[in-house]
Amino acid sequence: MSDSEATATVDISPEELREEMLAIYPPKTKRKRQKQILVNDPDAIPEIAANTRTIPGIITQRGCTYAGCRGVVMGPIYDLLQIVHGPIGCGFYAWMSRRNLARPKPGLPNYMQYSMSTDMMEEQIVFGGEKKLRQAILEAYEIFKPKAIAILATCPVGLIGDDIHQVAREMKDKLGINVVAFSCEGYKGVSQSAGHHIANNEVFKNMIGLDDTPDQGEFTMNILGEYNIGGDAWEIDALLKKCGITLTATLSGDVNYSQVCRAHTAQLNTVMCHRSINYIAGMMEKKYGIPWFKVNFLGADSTAKSLRKIAQYFDNKGLTERVEAVIAEEQAKLKPVRDEVTARCKGKRAALFVGGSRAHHYQDLFADIGVEVVSAGYEFAHRDDYEGRHVLPTIKVDADSRNIEELHVEPDPARYNPRKTPEQMEALKSQGFTFEDYEGMMKQMKKRTLVIDDISHHEMEKLIEAYKPDIICSGIKDKFVVEKMGVPCKQLHSYDYSGPYAAFTGAANFYKEIDRMLNTGVWKLITPPWEKPS
Amino acid sequence: MLDATPSTHSAREALRINPAKTCQPIGAMYAALGIHGCMPHSHGSQGCCAYHRSHLTRHHKEPVMATTSSFTEGASVFGGLANMTQALNNIFTIYNPEIVAVHTTCLSEVIGDDIPMMIRKAYDEKIIPEGKVVIHANTPSFVGSHITGFAGMVTSMVKHLPSRAGEKHGKVNIIPGFVDPSDMRELKRLAREMGVPAVMFPDTSDVLDLPQTGKYVMYPHGGVTLADMKTVSHSLGTIALGGFTSTPAALELESQYGVPATLLELPIGLGTTDLFIDALHKVGGVPVADSVAWERGRLLDVMTDMHQYFYGKRVAVAGDPDHVISLVQMLLELEMRPVYVITGSSAPRFEARVQQLLEGRVPEAVVKQNADLFDMHQWIKEAPVDLIVGNSYCKHIGRAENIPTVRFGFPILDRMGHRLFPTVGYMGAMRLIEKMLDAMLDKKDRECPEEFFELVQ
Repeated sequence: MSDSEATATVDISPEELREEMLAIYPPKTKRKRQKQILVNDPDAIPEIAANTRTIPGIITQRGCTYAGCRGVVMGPIYDLLQIVHGPIGCGFYAWMSRRNLARPKPGLPNYMQYSMSTDMMEEQIVFGGEKKLRQAILEAYEIFKPKAIAILATCPVGLIGDDIHQVAREMKDKLGINVVAFSCEGYKGVSQSAGHHIANNEVFKNMIGLDDTPDQGEFTMNILGEYNIGGDAWEIDALLKKCGITLTATLSGDVNYSQVCRAHTAQLNTVMCHRSINYIAGMMEKKYGIPWFKVNFLGADSTAKSLRKIAQYFDNKGLTERVEAVIAEEQAKLKPVRDEVTARCKGKRAALFVGGSRAHHYQDLFADIGVEVVSAGYEFAHRDDYEGRHVLPTIKVDADSRNIEELHVEPDPARYNPRKTPEQMEALKSQGFTFEDYEGMMKQMKKRTLVIDDISHHEMEKLIEAYKPDIICSGIKDKFVVEKMGVPCKQLHSYDYSGPYAAFTGAANFYKEIDRMLNTGVWKLITPPWEKPS
Repeated sequence: MLDATPSTHSAREALRINPAKTCQPIGAMYAALGIHGCMPHSHGSQGCCAYHRSHLTRHHKEPVMATTSSFTEGASVFGGLANMTQALNNIFTIYNPEIVAVHTTCLSEVIGDDIPMMIRKAYDEKIIPEGKVVIHANTPSFVGSHITGFAGMVTSMVKHLPSRAGEKHGKVNIIPGFVDPSDMRELKRLAREMGVPAVMFPDTSDVLDLPQTGKYVMYPHGGVTLADMKTVSHSLGTIALGGFTSTPAALELESQYGVPATLLELPIGLGTTDLFIDALHKVGGVPVADSVAWERGRLLDVMTDMHQYFYGKRVAVAGDPDHVISLVQMLLELEMRPVYVITGSSAPRFEARVQQLLEGRVPEAVVKQNADLFDMHQWIKEAPVDLIVGNSYCKHIGRAENIPTVRFGFPILDRMGHRLFPTVGYMGAMRLIEKMLDAMLDKKDRECPEEFFELVQ
């Protein structure tokens, strides 16, 4: 963990760098960006203008609402047949481009290898696309006989007025299977984030709670906001199994439709990516009485901390002992590689600009090996992900956020079942145990680090010039820009096609990968002999 | 792998499964990157721009810069003028390009944004600085494919950038089609080798195949310059490679400025490259260079040396119309049998042309435009092939059916050679032949009985 008293070691002051970043902007752009670039103080966290509109003409990392819904949350449900309603591009680009790996259970299909779309053409734009959508669903059913179908809307759908929810209802009646529509048109929000929320709402309304069959197992839980990038969820699953804990569902990583429908039978919800899935966690608590808290399985020390918290929640002596034994065993196994890599990487500097939780989670992995984070920011997070959930009541709901339905959730008359008695909850809280507890990125980052929301290309260039970080963590669009500047860049959406990085075994992979990137000789070959001083 | 695919083919009317095409804007973005000092701008929701930049980056492993109008619901209701104006102001102030090439998306087209009006207004209000240029192409995603998007932006270049004033000069225009930077570099090399001074547009070499220098440059030294684009109206002629990607721009230049167009297919394989060289010879008024003739000879030598391994082999081909039309000719030169030939684009002329090529030679061939990889996979299940040639998405079929797969076309997301080594010209054909042969012989070496495991082939 970072020492909040310490000051990030950089040559140029963050205030100066911030000014340099802002200097070139036209006045209106500057006014907006200056609220999204802040010098951090973990003891007096400043307010950041996160989850606001992207400025037109700025080279941004952000994607759209459809990407957040189809690509992130829904994509990994491998046996849910998903039909993208719209012109071909959106279905094409979301086809196997995220690394949410799946190993389908025997007998279940893997539709993730398929891109299905209505391939909407001008005729549908003019005369409406519902007819083609109905026909596409019938054809999909005829060929694949799926258990359930999802319809995902792209930009034109809302504009031409196709009622995909009505089509879903009709098809549900006709085919006798679940058919769910997602109004996740790309323009619906300011980023992917709106799409997460839309996916959360529909999954909660139309899938979770459909099957009351509980898992066998003394301790059952879900992990929400874990997408199994590079196999992360498998590492976490294996670790929990070793401790004697059963995962009912991982939303959404290597998960099938039936697991999603049974998710409400678990005894606990833990949340990895707060941004993309806290909505479901909150709604499940209200409807079914399942408490949730935040965990982080990225970083060895964070993994140990998260495991201990889970054990404390279940409050079982045997489980606690097993968890401690597993932590001791895994940490001991990890120690040689961690020590070796730390010796080579300690004091190097990183900057992370990615996602809605990853730019925070990975700081723990860097902390494990003594790499200092000088700057960080999210691509599409909200104020609570930066400043902590305590700011939730003060977040102004703007026109863009109002577009996304806030579901009103009541306790389920039959199935509301508080997993802990009020006395047990009080006892836990008195031990300092927190529920619904995300403290955000800024509290953990050092004083006078630079926090940049929705970083632009220009700001990234300035940051690299000024801070000369040893490594940047970002995504595919930045990767080769950063590397052309001679700085290694680790993609944290795709892991550069490696991983897993979660839990203890994953941490070892990450340490070794960062060691490779920070200490490789290839960057030193840039200057040819004839340009070297004699 | 692809276990849910039934083994008999059934026709579909509405459902596209595993597309062999994508949407117009990415083609327009790629073409715009081939103009020196250009910032491509996507007028629509920012997800389009993010997806296109991501996919182009995955294909090229290079920085791909583009901006977006970042529509939200408000812009979708009230129109995108304010977004466009603010975007142009930001782009010229912050990123200082020579030119901005705007393309539209399904969103801005559905709401009916009038792009020429928006650009005129930006000129009038001096949001576009003196001496800077903004061009546009309408590329709704619900029309055509990435191929027509590319053709649209190239046509927009010749509509907006050449100058009527000026003198005839001795250069030849080359429109290369939707090919890789390595291909564009190779076409320029061939012209140079022949002694033909050429202007190529678009030209993404030295834009999307940059050296590692430790220094990032937003506008690299490659790309056709605005100065050169001004003069393409006075060239000796235009050699347009690819009926779907390059012909429209060449015809526009011919009708507007009287620059004679030579319309060719992409030079992939021996015969189509011969026609390209012949065109350079005729349009440029130069003899064919010995060095080029020798390259041809080396290619033909490989074809005769290795003919036995290609003869009669059944091939499935998926890709963009111009690429596939030429590749089929190359496969026929090797006396292979292209039995399934598809393109995802809607292109009736494609079917007619490929059928004409296969007529009397491969009577069992199935040729289909507006098809998808699911179609092709089902046909392969019904009657297998020895080789698949197509983009990276074909590799799943290759694995599912244990068929060697050679990557060709766009996009190639999992290998790196395409951005360095061409598939066009005689050299490109030699490379493709090597790749196809390696793929087939590697399979044989892995699977044949030990007694037939040959040291020499």
